[in-house]
Amino acid sequence: MEFVYEVEGGNFTKAGNASSAVKKTMKQLNVDPKIVKRTVVALYEAEVNIVAHAYGGVITVNVNAEHIHIVLDDNGPGIPDIDLAMQEGFSTASSKVREMGFGAGMGLPNIKKNVDELKVSSEVDKGTRVEMKTYLKNQ
Amino acid sequence: MKVCDLVEQLNLKVFCGEQGLDNEVVGGYTSDLLSDVMGNVDENQVWITLQTHKNIMAIASLKEVAAVILVKGYKPEQAALEQSNEEGIPILGTDLETFEMSGELFGLLKK
Ligand SMILES: Nc1ncnc2c1ncn2[C@@H]1O[C@H](COP(=O)(O)OP(=O)(O)OP(=O)(O)O)[C@@H](O)[C@H]1O
Ligand SMILES: [Mg+2]
Repeated sequence: MEFVYEVEGGNFTKAGNASSAVKKTMKQLNVDPKIVKRTVVALYEAEVNIVAHAYGGVITVNVNAEHIHIVLDDNGPGIPDIDLAMQEGFSTASSKVREMGFGAGMGLPNIKKNVDELKVSSEVDKGTRVEMKTYLKNQ
Repeated sequence: MKVCDLVEQLNLKVFCGEQGLDNEVVGGYTSDLLSDVMGNVDENQVWITLQTHKNIMAIASLKEVAAVILVKGYKPEQAALEQSNEEGIPILGTDLETFEMSGELFGLLKK
């Protein structure tokens, strides 16, 4: 099954809508609640990163009996140093975004902790792709 | 313990989300950093914060917290209030500071 969601850059009033929709779908599909919880944390962080740091993007979710696979593709400034961005505490969030309580530099580390496989790739001035996969059955 | 018990015993104001006053409370988490909360709060915990905007309700709903407590007399923004009512997750208020509110809640839940 495939689901596609669009994310608007800069629009914090809609941040989390895609994550919420995916959560509902996973529950309907009777996915293990522990996996739903982990996936929701990871997806929300990645969704908010598009809102906070990029101009817009698309989330594609694929679920089958074996795994849930999520790809977030955005148009945006990209990430010049991915290893640095993955470090806890690193953030380039604007002061406006920080005032809201975002920008702790914990989003990407949260994603890493909550999925089985994570791949981040990026091209500066083009955009970023975050790909995550979690297995639904014990391997 | 239920959210309504906290309201009564800690003398909290109920701004919205009244349908959730029967939500079960098993613990709490205090933080104003949203991705810290996202990573660490657990379902049926009460989240203590000074953030008042709509995104707190997105997080509260995704993490299925029992209720949100705003400290120091802060009030929820209108959009947060609306989402609280839709989701049935109460937003509560106190004039206490974060340290004091967390201490009170901790003491109550430890009993
Ligand atoms: N989609 C993206 N496009 C451009 N830059 C990004 C993107 N995602 C992350 N980054 C960069 O990586 C940094 C670290 O991201 P991370 O999610 O860990 O923290 P944050 O978003 O700054 O704060 P937090 O997630 O704790 O609210 C960001 O500050 C930003 O510089
Ligand atoms: Mg982030």
